[in-house]
Amino acid sequence: MSVSSTTGETSGGSWLYDPKVRSIFAQVVVVGSVVALFYFIIHNTAVNLEKRGIASGFDFLWEPARYDVTGGFLNVRSTQTHWDAFMAGLLNTFIVAVFGCLAATFLGVVMGVLRLSKNWLVSKLAAVYVETLRNVPVLLQILFWYGVFILMPKPKQSLALFDMFYFNNRQFLGPKVFFGDTPALSAAEQEAMIHRMGEVKYNKLVEASGGVENVPAALAESVKPVFGTGSWILPVSLIIAIVGVVLFRRWAKKRQENSGEQLPVFWISAGTIVLFPILCVLLSGTAVNVQYPELIGFNFVGGASIPVAFMALWFALSTYTATFVAEIVRAGILAVNYGQTEASFALGLRSGQAMRLNILPQALRVIVPPLTSQYLNLTKNSSLALVVGYPDVVGTIGGITLNQTGQAVECIVITMAVYLFFSLVISMFMNWYNKRIALVER
Amino acid sequence: MAKSTRKTTTSRSSATTRSQAAAKKAAPKAKASNGGSAATVPAAGMAVTDEVAIQVSSMNKWYGDFHVLRDINLTVNRGERIVVCGPSGSGKSTLIRCMNRLEEHQEGQIIVDGIELTNDLKKIDEVRREVGMVFQHFNLFPHLTILENCTLAPIWVRKMPKREAEEVAMEFLTKVKIPEQAGKFPGQLSGGQQQRVAIARSLCMNPRIMLFDEPTSALDPEMIKEVLDVMVDLAESGMTMICVTHEMGFARKVANRVIFMDEGQIIEQNEPGEFFDNPRSDRTKLFLSQILH
Amino acid sequence: MSDTLRPEDQLGGGLPERAPPPSTVGIQGWMRENLFSGPINSIGTIVAIGIIVWLLPGILEWAIFDATFVGVDANGDGSITRKDCLVENAAGLMTLEGACWVLVYVRWEQLIYGFYGSDGSIWRPTIAFVGLLLAIAPLLFDKVPFRRALLWFAFAFPFIAVWLLGGGEWKLSSVLVFYGLIVAILPLLFDKMPGREILLWVTKIYPLFIAFLLFDAILDTLLGFSIWNTLLGPLAVWEFSPLPALAEVSTHKWGGLMLTIVIGMVGIVLSLPIGVVLALGRRSTMPAVRLLCVIFIEFVRGVPLITLLFMASNMLPLFFPEGIELDKLVRALVVVVAFSAAYMAEVVRGGLQAIPKGQYEAADAMALTYWKSMYLIILPQALKIVIPGIVNSFIGLFKDTTLVLIIGLFDILGMAKAAVTHANWIGLAREAYVFVGVVYFIFCFSMSRYSIWLEEKLNTGHKR
Repeated sequence: MSVSSTTGETSGGSWLYDPKVRSIFAQVVVVGSVVALFYFIIHNTAVNLEKRGIASGFDFLWEPARYDVTGGFLNVRSTQTHWDAFMAGLLNTFIVAVFGCLAATFLGVVMGVLRLSKNWLVSKLAAVYVETLRNVPVLLQILFWYGVFILMPKPKQSLALFDMFYFNNRQFLGPKVFFGDTPALSAAEQEAMIHRMGEVKYNKLVEASGGVENVPAALAESVKPVFGTGSWILPVSLIIAIVGVVLFRRWAKKRQENSGEQLPVFWISAGTIVLFPILCVLLSGTAVNVQYPELIGFNFVGGASIPVAFMALWFALSTYTATFVAEIVRAGILAVNYGQTEASFALGLRSGQAMRLNILPQALRVIVPPLTSQYLNLTKNSSLALVVGYPDVVGTIGGITLNQTGQAVECIVITMAVYLFFSLVISMFMNWYNKRIALVER
Repeated sequence: MAKSTRKTTTSRSSATTRSQAAAKKAAPKAKASNGGSAATVPAAGMAVTDEVAIQVSSMNKWYGDFHVLRDINLTVNRGERIVVCGPSGSGKSTLIRCMNRLEEHQEGQIIVDGIELTNDLKKIDEVRREVGMVFQHFNLFPHLTILENCTLAPIWVRKMPKREAEEVAMEFLTKVKIPEQAGKFPGQLSGGQQQRVAIARSLCMNPRIMLFDEPTSALDPEMIKEVLDVMVDLAESGMTMICVTHEMGFARKVANRVIFMDEGQIIEQNEPGEFFDNPRSDRTKLFLSQILH
Repeated sequence: MSDTLRPEDQLGGGLPERAPPPSTVGIQGWMRENLFSGPINSIGTIVAIGIIVWLLPGILEWAIFDATFVGVDANGDGSITRKDCLVENAAGLMTLEGACWVLVYVRWEQLIYGFYGSDGSIWRPTIAFVGLLLAIAPLLFDKVPFRRALLWFAFAFPFIAVWLLGGGEWKLSSVLVFYGLIVAILPLLFDKMPGREILLWVTKIYPLFIAFLLFDAILDTLLGFSIWNTLLGPLAVWEFSPLPALAEVSTHKWGGLMLTIVIGMVGIVLSLPIGVVLALGRRSTMPAVRLLCVIFIEFVRGVPLITLLFMASNMLPLFFPEGIELDKLVRALVVVVAFSAAYMAEVVRGGLQAIPKGQYEAADAMALTYWKSMYLIILPQALKIVIPGIVNSFIGLFKDTTLVLIIGLFDILGMAKAAVTHANWIGLAREAYVFVGVVYFIFCFSMSRYSIWLEEKLNTGHKR
């Protein structure tokens, strides 16, 4: 038979065509070249650093930064370390990311829903918004808004709203609320104020006020913490309210399952969370001071102030990202078959119920994964803060620290690690969410 | 009239058949009256030779821990037409997918056309060039026209000039009775038409063996017949065929041998008349009673 | 008419067709349907009209009616600056009433060409741009006159453009690497071209040649010995121009819209193939290859582009031995391509995952090799599915080109930014950025419309 004769021939040289051998060979080649490339890079870097006399390592982080971090939410003085500057940058990145995501979600959901409106004019307006802003680079938008905001009047001619809110080309100001008692100006606070204002100006102010103890409350409080002694009541009561609401919702659900009765759960929960802490603060007699910004000299002191750079960055990032959120929301709602709505109506659900019980759970499944990646995009885009001088991670450790110390490798590694960490957290959340969704499907 | 009778209980025993070598290229004009007579007599011109086309010996296969194929022994002679049936999950599709190495077996030997299937890529390609396969879901390439579907492998694998490949393709499209659809895309054709194109596509490679993996399972009843007709024609032309199918009429009409599989084993094999009228195993009886009503 | 029932009345039917009530058709019907179908809807309409009335006149007045367009030295101080846009207001002060587009008028050349014009050779980018339009047309549309000829031109265009924009003389190795590519790719694209067999040899040798040069470069840096230089001797350092000689224009003179288009186009042309390779690598059965691709893709996607650009400008010089200085533009291009390739890889992976298993099996059963089945069967389908994603990536890439201003390249936005910080144009941020915004909008919006058009065309073409 022909079979037996041919089987014998197969062995000769066949390893060349064995997929396993080939695959191992290809992998060895690929990994080998990557290793070689890295060796090349690391070797050259080491040689170059040695020539420039730069010692690698992270010790520089504990040396004085020799630059001020201002214009963000945490000021760091030049005598503080690079690490402190980095922390301030981290906080600033975090703040702009969180508030950006919140605003983008809100605006995006509104625009997404409006684009689906049956009203022709409304849906077209929303479409114009989305199509215009998403097709223009976000960096350009940041620069544009910064350009617009710094064209506003100087502090002296600030635009005022109810004598509470002020807008000028440096910052946006509003009232600031203090909880608890605030002690008299300490030596450290005086020093901080001198640093803020400059010694000459501060002395003039003290002179004008008739002594340190008479320095205007606005100024004093501007360096004081929002939460003074006795303010613990606020977070504690808030936590109690949240726990209470969670328990209440469970109880209400059980009750509904057993008796069929329904309570206005949303309104009761929302009311509790808002009102209970306020009630607690009022009843406990905790001091609540509201402090308004005041114009002293050429500048405002006191009050809550938001730097223009942040405003421009935040505004541009959230309006830009909102256009993508709007498209995601629109697609999510469209992805739910219209038959689902009809089926819900046919079962006698009202439109709110149909939305809450059938449409939203299904739409969210489509919406959440791309939405989280938009949050990540916004966080990464917040690094463009650099162009308006808002001191975020890239501006501090990745920018000035890098240029001052020359520790390019370390600084860039730290900066990238921060963003990789954010990405990791978000993708972990995504995996968790997808798993949960998968369970729901069964 | 050639009637190939063949009773084998052990597949390793060599085949004894009354061969009719002369009828190799028998004219398809003698197309059997379709379905009318419950043909227990295979149609004319089918020749089974002594030459072994596929030999499977002591073959075992696992999916992880799951033993899908257990000690399979099977010899297919050139010109033979074999129908494989069995309940779903019995391993029949896996078996024929092993024959062109779409699936890898772990133990035993599979020798196709004198070439043993091992890890050797060159041998695998050689086998695949000689073995055509038709899938349950057609697997036509939706981005190519019908003609391009048919000429793709001849041009890229056989290195045939384009003009020639197109002529061959048109010839086979005519054979499966849809030459007029050549310029269309698969999405524009009905299921039956698509499956006939899939058959033509395999034939364009001029294969020596054809594997059919439930070719009619995904079709509407009225389309099954047009596909089966094409397959009957092919059988009459002397092609070596292995079909996984539940079309028992087809099996009676063209098969030399029917193989019944269950739980990854070959339970019973016999020539169709004997298989259907006189099944020996209880499981075969149960299976036949369920599908024949 | 009569009260006897005729048979057709009993059966029903025979009713004449009537016109619909007037309130549901025409302008009135449309408005009722789309603007005032209910109380909420009506409020929406009123609010929308309110917004339009509030915003539009102000915008129009600023941008058009009160604006100054053409630069005339109105105040006669010898130069055209923002001062020529000032108008006396009611209080007798000189203010800017509307937009001062004079900025764009005066800075036009820099906004479009950067500092290229300082050599008086603006005709080169202009011709390159016209060439670009000619090259793109046959790729975008089927029904272009002379499509076949233009396709050939499109293929040769990148090489023409490099010569036209850069000019100068090249070393032999650069010429071989760069122009060898054209010869290497040609036979893959055109399967009926004359002399294909010979060119296919070039295709096979080309990657080996590149590998050799890389190996040689490493050898040179580590041991100070280069096979290439030793073999060729003076030929290795001889510089010449492969096409008619043009004066060299250094890349740091490139700028404006021209630079934006250069970066965008290079990114678009290179990121797709690299992205495809990365996507295939990520789905590979080889664990080491898969791991490397996953690490690269996830790393690049996890960090902001700006940090990668910083890496290119601060760290890349450290990676190479002293004396090798990479062009700033090349560094930016490497980063932009790597960045968008990582995103492209994920888009393509989505398409690959959407291809049914049966397609892979059918290709296998035909004895097609891995690369052939990818090239002939899988990729054409996968890429078609993800066209919207690909175009979105392109749009993202085009917008991201603005970031190069951070590492000191002057793209169109960089030029605008430079203009508004100049004393002559202080306070004109809005004008400059609106102009740049409009330019970007035109590019990005037409790309997204094109993708929608293409999707519809492909959908109708292949389905019943």
